[in-house]
Amino acid sequence: MSLSNDQVHRIAHLARIELAPGEDARIRDQLNGIFTLIEQMQAVDTSGVAPMSHAVDLSQRLREDKPSETDQHVRFQQIAPEVEAGLYLVPKVIE
Amino acid sequence: MALLDNWEVVIGLETHAQLATQSKIFSGAATAFGAAPNAQACAVDIALPGVLPVLNRKAVECAIRFGLAIGATIAPRSIFARKNYFYPDLPKGYQISQYELPVVQGGALTIRVGQGEGVAEKTVRLTRAHLEEDAGKSLHEDFHGKSGIDLNRAGTPLLEIVTEPDMRSSDEAVAYAKALHALVRWIDICDGNMQEGSFRCDANVSVRRKGDPKLGTRREIKNLNSFRFMQQAIDYEVRWQIERIEDGGTIEQATVLFNPDTGETRAMRSKEDAHDYRYFPDPDLLPLEIAPAWIERVKGEMPELPVAMKARFERDFGLTAYDATTLTASLDMARYFEAVVAAAGRDTAKTCANWVMGDLAARLNRDEKDVAASPVSAAQLGGLVARIADSTISNSIAKKVFDALWNGEGAGRDNAADEIIDKQGMRQITDSGAIEAIIDEVLAANAKSVEEFRAGKEKAFNALVGQAMKATKGKANPQQVNDLLRKKLAAGAA
Repeated sequence: MSLSNDQVHRIAHLARIELAPGEDARIRDQLNGIFTLIEQMQAVDTSGVAPMSHAVDLSQRLREDKPSETDQHVRFQQIAPEVEAGLYLVPKVIE
Repeated sequence: MALLDNWEVVIGLETHAQLATQSKIFSGAATAFGAAPNAQACAVDIALPGVLPVLNRKAVECAIRFGLAIGATIAPRSIFARKNYFYPDLPKGYQISQYELPVVQGGALTIRVGQGEGVAEKTVRLTRAHLEEDAGKSLHEDFHGKSGIDLNRAGTPLLEIVTEPDMRSSDEAVAYAKALHALVRWIDICDGNMQEGSFRCDANVSVRRKGDPKLGTRREIKNLNSFRFMQQAIDYEVRWQIERIEDGGTIEQATVLFNPDTGETRAMRSKEDAHDYRYFPDPDLLPLEIAPAWIERVKGEMPELPVAMKARFERDFGLTAYDATTLTASLDMARYFEAVVAAAGRDTAKTCANWVMGDLAARLNRDEKDVAASPVSAAQLGGLVARIADSTISNSIAKKVFDALWNGEGAGRDNAADEIIDKQGMRQITDSGAIEAIIDEVLAANAKSVEEFRAGKEKAFNALVGQAMKATKGKANPQQVNDLLRKKLAAGAA
């Protein structure tokens, strides 16, 4: 499979990555190169092999259900661009 | 609805149940409702660099309980995935959810649809239930043209419960939602508070011509937070879809919102990439493994489920299906009823049911109290029913005793009903000599009624019974008064 320029722009938009003018062709070629590698791997017969979801063969450690965090919002909000009444203020987004 | 004659409605529901944990699903921040903005959003919840999620054991246990309650497969191994999208109330830019391998797979819920004679049972199949985190809250009120973000809710554990498209009407969808709502509270995994958003439903609705094997295109109604709105929204949506197709239009897949003020559904601004979430396994979280021993332990801790309890009430107590269903509407109600029966005796179960569903439920309803907070304890009500059963008091006197109990007389004492009966001299008069004496007085004082009765007016008889009951302050057995009075009137006529 190979990607079109339109698909490159769509992926960039989904990931909120800005492409400089003319950059799309280079990115497209790089991505297509990666797809070629994936195609090579997909040619291997993996029927009977369980899909791997993680690189290490361990299972998830669990935490007891006890609140352990204190209120640090004043500290956290020191790096926020704008804050009011304890809320982070952001450009209005309404669906 | 004539409109529906040629059409079949197909509905599937997705429900988000907020799990009853103290802390968040991947962090140690508290989940209590109503905290000051961002006071319960820790470094993990606001996605500061370098933090790592650690899964909450209780959240997993809630999922296991749910899976057991609906007869599902609990996955021995399940995977967390990242669902990627950008929105200000989602600081990481992805929601941790489960995609390919959810923790609960399959299962079914039995619902009851219709009323009275027309009640029918139906099984709704569940596709899956998976663990995920909630997002924060955007407040669009006036912040100088900006939105305020409160991340207290971010990271709150949710169980998303997904059905197969098995429902065929808004009635069935609401019946399912109510049954699910009752179940999650019964097994104590969710408080079910719909106003606070602890239980919210999305409905996938489509229509197709009857007999058409192919499903129609569906539209998803988001965030239905009351059963009434669910019914209204689905009914409106169904009419809208049918009318559109009959007018020659087509349905496009869309997400819609229900406006309770207008009673209409409206498509959200369509975003062509809204459903391109690019799920992939979250590298920060290892596979969740649930050993059979854990499932067995949870199974041992589960309360008797409503379906089993309902069957037992019918079998052991001789209750009707209606009574048994009503009494198993919530675990608190069922436990209260069982305690009343335990105090009053098994033979009185039907009377106990009548009192719990009648006088008690009416009072609780009027005073907006939950049965767990009833001023009349189950032991006290059981004591009262026992005195009705052994004819110490009549039903009408029992209502007075109940009033006294409700108003706190003998509060905290199991034998309060007996105390009230004794103190107020409410014991039923069963001595027929005493009743006859009273009837004689009543007959002497009401010559006019006696005359009317003899002239064939049955109403006059009831008036005489009333007078006799009044003279005994309601303490005589009405049936006995009836019998003796008839006998006396017949004797007098002869």
